Amino acid sequence: MELTPQAVKPVIDVHNLTKDYYIGEIVVRALRGIDLQIFPGEMVAIMGPSGSGKSTLMNMIGCLDSPTAGDYYLDSLRVSDLHDDELAIVRNQKIGFVFQKYNLLPRIDAIENVALPLRYSEDTSNMRQRAEEALKSVGLGDRMRHKPNELSGGQQQRVAIARALVNQPAILLADEPTGNLDSQSGKEVMELLIKLNQQQNTTIVLVTHDPTVALHAQRTIQLFDGLIKAPEAIA
Amino acid sequence: MKFWQALKEAIASIAANKTRSFLTVLGIVIGVGAVIGVLSIGQGAEASIMGQIESIGTNVIYVFRGNRTEDVTNPKYLTTADADALANRARAPHILNIASVLSGQSSVRFGDESAQTSIMGVTGNYAEVIDLKLSEGSFFTESHITNRSSVVVLGPELAERLTGRQTELIGTTVHINNYPFRVVGVAAAKGGNQFSSPDMDAYIPITAMQLRVKRQNVPNAVDFLLIQAQNSNSIDEAMREGRTILRASHRLTSRQPDDFTMTNQEDILSIANSITNILTIFLAGIAAISLLVGGIGIMNIMLVSVTERTREIGLRKALGARKFDIQLQFLTESAMLSVFGGLIGIGLGWLLGIIVGAVAANSGTPLVPEISLNSVLLATLFSLAVGIFFGWYPALRAANLEPVEALRYE
Repeated sequence: MELTPQAVKPVIDVHNLTKDYYIGEIVVRALRGIDLQIFPGEMVAIMGPSGSGKSTLMNMIGCLDSPTAGDYYLDSLRVSDLHDDELAIVRNQKIGFVFQKYNLLPRIDAIENVALPLRYSEDTSNMRQRAEEALKSVGLGDRMRHKPNELSGGQQQRVAIARALVNQPAILLADEPTGNLDSQSGKEVMELLIKLNQQQNTTIVLVTHDPTVALHAQRTIQLFDGLIKAPEAIA
Repeated sequence: MKFWQALKEAIASIAANKTRSFLTVLGIVIGVGAVIGVLSIGQGAEASIMGQIESIGTNVIYVFRGNRTEDVTNPKYLTTADADALANRARAPHILNIASVLSGQSSVRFGDESAQTSIMGVTGNYAEVIDLKLSEGSFFTESHITNRSSVVVLGPELAERLTGRQTELIGTTVHINNYPFRVVGVAAAKGGNQFSSPDMDAYIPITAMQLRVKRQNVPNAVDFLLIQAQNSNSIDEAMREGRTILRASHRLTSRQPDDFTMTNQEDILSIANSITNILTIFLAGIAAISLLVGGIGIMNIMLVSVTERTREIGLRKALGARKFDIQLQFLTESAMLSVFGGLIGIGLGWLLGIIVGAVAANSGTPLVPEISLNSVLLATLFSLAVGIFFGWYPALRAANLEPVEALRYE
């Protein structure tokens, strides 16, 4: 945390967060008390073996799921006990998702895919224009009318990143963003994320089990059995 | 999400699966088509029947032998004597005219042409009572009746069939039941109806009918009497007077029921009306069952669609869609599907009506199917309701999907 002045408020502030799943009578303790702060402009990698709880933590941070106990403040807003519909608004306004499998809608072209979050937001003005700007910012100004199946994997992931950015969220959550890409496309996507982080100060949280991807992050958080294992800064 | 956006997405989604969408709504198409078709044919039939019953003549009361609601042993025949009794101005001030009718089937021949048709043996005032107009000549008179004259007024269609023309026929001779009859007039066209086609009839004096065509065991018996009331407001009085006179003339005691039946136009109109209404409702009801089947078809496909699009739903939720947004999206889609089906169905029903109308016209029954704005609105609203009703459960299921689970769905 030496990179971040203490005066700045964390964008993600998690205290003693736990999550239990019930599978029949068995309790799966996916998260067992997570404390985590992520500051504006940081790029953080979350790593850990399968079953370590990193996807669960990701879902909590992304407001896709509610914790069993603990507090979560996102951008100073206490989100740990919001209702479904309130969480939907938070996801729409504060969080940009990038998925391993892109999750673009195949029927509609790039610009409409990027504009999708705008349809669910309060401000639906200039949707096309805002989507166009987001697409240009990821270097796809010349592919706006293409449908997902007319784009390469790397291009599709860049469309997904544009979609994540279009509502100017507080954080960008990327779940294995290069997991489905060949090494060259993966490198390009990582370069794009780094550029967004460095030039536009976008806060990025990456989930990955690829150490070379994690190397690009300023900080790596290792999860093990639902707990954070000795956070270390990688300068 | 705004409603018009949901509408746009629904249209895009329906258009993306054209074949499937069409097959899905086929049930609605057939259901609405059948309902609209039946309603339009029913309304057309009703209008046609009403028009023709009204065209028979106004203020007319029919008197038949026998009683349809009570048991009468040995009902007396209606006779020309009854008609004479009814024509008593003093006892029946509200009765304007009486016509007697004795009808039967017989051959009518002109040269080499012949036709089997209805021969109406009538009294001289029949034309007046039933409002029968002549295109040439004149109806026979009382003296023709008294003299049992062999004269005939031809229906226009019959004239055309026999002679190939409808004019310049006065004075020519046709043979009815092999007796020569002189043509004194040709009736103007009245149009056919479901019960009879008066344009094919031949009218002769009732006395000539008794003598040459239909020999009766009971002297002076007639098939029915027509009573013309003074005006449409005096029908009830005329019926009451007629009933009293006929009961006296048939020597019925006060305990005996009528041995005749009187009906007026209004009765016939309302009976015909209720028959066509019942038939229409019955058939439309059967047709509506296929709407139910169509609705279940939509529900089925919407459930499949929700399952297929689980990931899409998860994604939309991750991007900020609330439950309401998802529900709106799927409800709009099922409602649009159903309304599309309904609109196609209205077209189909309209086509069905036209075809039935054409067939009916070809077989000599004028029937103009009528599609009222009401039935179109009703069909549209009903298919909208079907879409919303059967889309509700699938939409709710989509809305209640957990985003995490949905995103993980393969």
